[in-house]
Amino acid sequence: MARVVAVTGNEAVAEALRQVNPDVSSAYPITPATDIMQRFTGFVSNGKVKTEMILVESEHSAMSGCIGASAAGGRVMTATSSQGLALMWEELFIASGTRLPIVMALVNRALSAPLNIHGDHSDGMGARDCGWIQLWSENAQDAYDNTIQAFRIAEHMDLRLPAMVCLDGFIISHSIERIEYIEDDKVKNFVGEFKNLNPLLDLEHPVSYGPLILPDYYMEYRKAHAEVMSKVAGVVLDVAKDFEKISGRKYGLFETYRLDDAEIGLVILNSAAGTSKDVIDAFREKGIKAGLLKPRLYRPFPYEEVGNALKHLKAVCVLDRADAFGASYGPLFMDIASSLYTCKEKPVLINKIYGLGGRDYLPEHAGLVLDELAGIAKTGKVKTFKEYIGVRE
Amino acid sequence: MATPTGITLKELSKKEGLLTSGHRMCAGCGAPIIVKMVLLAAEGPIIAANATGCLEVSTCISDYTAWKIPWIHNAFENAAATLSGVETMYRSLKKQGKISKDIKFIAFGGDGGTYDIGLQSLSGAMERGHDMLYVCYDNGAYMNTGIQRSSATPFGADTTTCPAGSVIPGKTQNRKNLTKIMAAHNIPYAAQASPSHWMDLVKKVKKALSITGPKFMNILSPCNRGWRSRTDDAIMLSRLGVETCYWPLYEIEDGATKVTFKPKEKKPLVDFLKPQGRFKHLFAPENEWMLKKFQEIVDKEWESLLKSDSGRCDSKPSGKAPGAE
Repeated sequence: MARVVAVTGNEAVAEALRQVNPDVSSAYPITPATDIMQRFTGFVSNGKVKTEMILVESEHSAMSGCIGASAAGGRVMTATSSQGLALMWEELFIASGTRLPIVMALVNRALSAPLNIHGDHSDGMGARDCGWIQLWSENAQDAYDNTIQAFRIAEHMDLRLPAMVCLDGFIISHSIERIEYIEDDKVKNFVGEFKNLNPLLDLEHPVSYGPLILPDYYMEYRKAHAEVMSKVAGVVLDVAKDFEKISGRKYGLFETYRLDDAEIGLVILNSAAGTSKDVIDAFREKGIKAGLLKPRLYRPFPYEEVGNALKHLKAVCVLDRADAFGASYGPLFMDIASSLYTCKEKPVLINKIYGLGGRDYLPEHAGLVLDELAGIAKTGKVKTFKEYIGVRE
Repeated sequence: MATPTGITLKELSKKEGLLTSGHRMCAGCGAPIIVKMVLLAAEGPIIAANATGCLEVSTCISDYTAWKIPWIHNAFENAAATLSGVETMYRSLKKQGKISKDIKFIAFGGDGGTYDIGLQSLSGAMERGHDMLYVCYDNGAYMNTGIQRSSATPFGADTTTCPAGSVIPGKTQNRKNLTKIMAAHNIPYAAQASPSHWMDLVKKVKKALSITGPKFMNILSPCNRGWRSRTDDAIMLSRLGVETCYWPLYEIEDGATKVTFKPKEKKPLVDFLKPQGRFKHLFAPENEWMLKKFQEIVDKEWESLLKSDSGRCDSKPSGKAPGAE
């Protein structure tokens, strides 16, 4: 029987990692992800997992160690946040360019300066184009389920790509929720034995990892990477089908909430989607046709599917928990705009920046945005295409 | 020539070279000579990691590799962290019964990737106690990117980022003593070697690889492009480096220092400096003070090393270098 527990997001991720039981983990503590590795090293110290830990001296070395261990040939994972991810930046590209199926929990946190340890999406957004798969999670259950699925997706023989599982710092990582744990043996069978591909430890077939590739071939390697990214969505859906069999929970590329007949809608990532759904219910009760789309597979982004899901709406607000300085709009907005670009009919799009550095996103904020969308749907008039909400003037 | 340890050049030359010819290192470079010696000294399976640098970019240009052993390059500053990962996966799989063979792990990095940008990664790997030998081939500058100053660049040297000019006469700071920094990690073995003294080098590699845990070797690696010296002078220059005590040969085993070669008569430092164009400006009359200062630095470090010597020097009373023939 599945176990129903009350745990934090970090605890849930650590439990998923215990059940997956990787061969090696190389990690460095950083708030708010620290708790995941603290709990996991407890499993190591008490013989609950076979994992060998490398407790490194920086996040750069954490990812370097993961790369060495993964290339050596085995299942590898780590966790980080914010500045830690920023310090790994160089290595993120090397992990994906070397096609190593490393799984990393990213507990989303604001980037410095000014220094702030609370949740926003600046870290994950900064790494969105580094060739990794990104799965975003609304709550602890999502984070747990995504972590287990991430290993199957990353290690799929058609992909062999690293994957990060994103969950909101503190709001999810440190809040206690009711979630269901799957039985250990079911998780073990679901992820299966790690399959090797050109392991460095194979002495009979010595391989060289990390060659210099000059202009004569570099571009072909990048094109191959782009092509493999196009296969990710199919694998994510296949893995979700198998996952449903052991969990009873359905996952897609994104979640739609009361969207089919909606006239106005919100697009929002992670924990704030939960708050927004409540407000949408309230608007529906008032007779306003509101809906929501919450991306799950954010990289590679399923442009066509998202465009098709949103094109029939009259007005949509994309809520970004990160800004893209110097670009006119937030990062999620730009992806949604791109996904609608080729659609003949499309909604008016506006962009709100919310919740930076852990600033609360309240039901009132969602209500004001939906009121504004209802006005746009009626009049076609837009006051402003992008603004910060929940902020002092 | 047979030796008490049973190592002969004849026997070593019969072993298969694990770094093949056909790589694209410069003619006369010290680094591939060093790598060849290190790999010849090792017995059994080896897996190598390489920091970004001359050795790396010249030995594995896709679709070719000069490495006959499993080899990994990740980035510039993290050969030690990367090899930590490989070695840890090996331990994990061995414990699980998925691997049975004993494998030795060796990292190679230049002085830029070791003294400077890779110091943190190296320090971490040594402190964590991974079973690996880290070999630094020290040519005293960022040679791969065009002879820029590193913290291994000797006092007074002319480099492309500390050029000898009318106001600043080359590098005005002394080198970092990396071998001692590594020994200060209380690792079981740290040593300095030179390709001129091949027997000493081979013995040190063999000793290092016989010890379980983290080991470090710093090896002088002449670079004719950066040192502005003749193409065929690598061995002569590295010998002069040792004989002038610019590059003393010693090892620190379990905290005990042993100077493995004491020249009968220490040669003046200028013998090492003169054949190198990077020190040419030091011989101008106005820079005489620099030659004096540089000699003082070398003298002071040599005296300090001798004081710490446990006195178990292997070299014969004649002071002839083992393997210097």
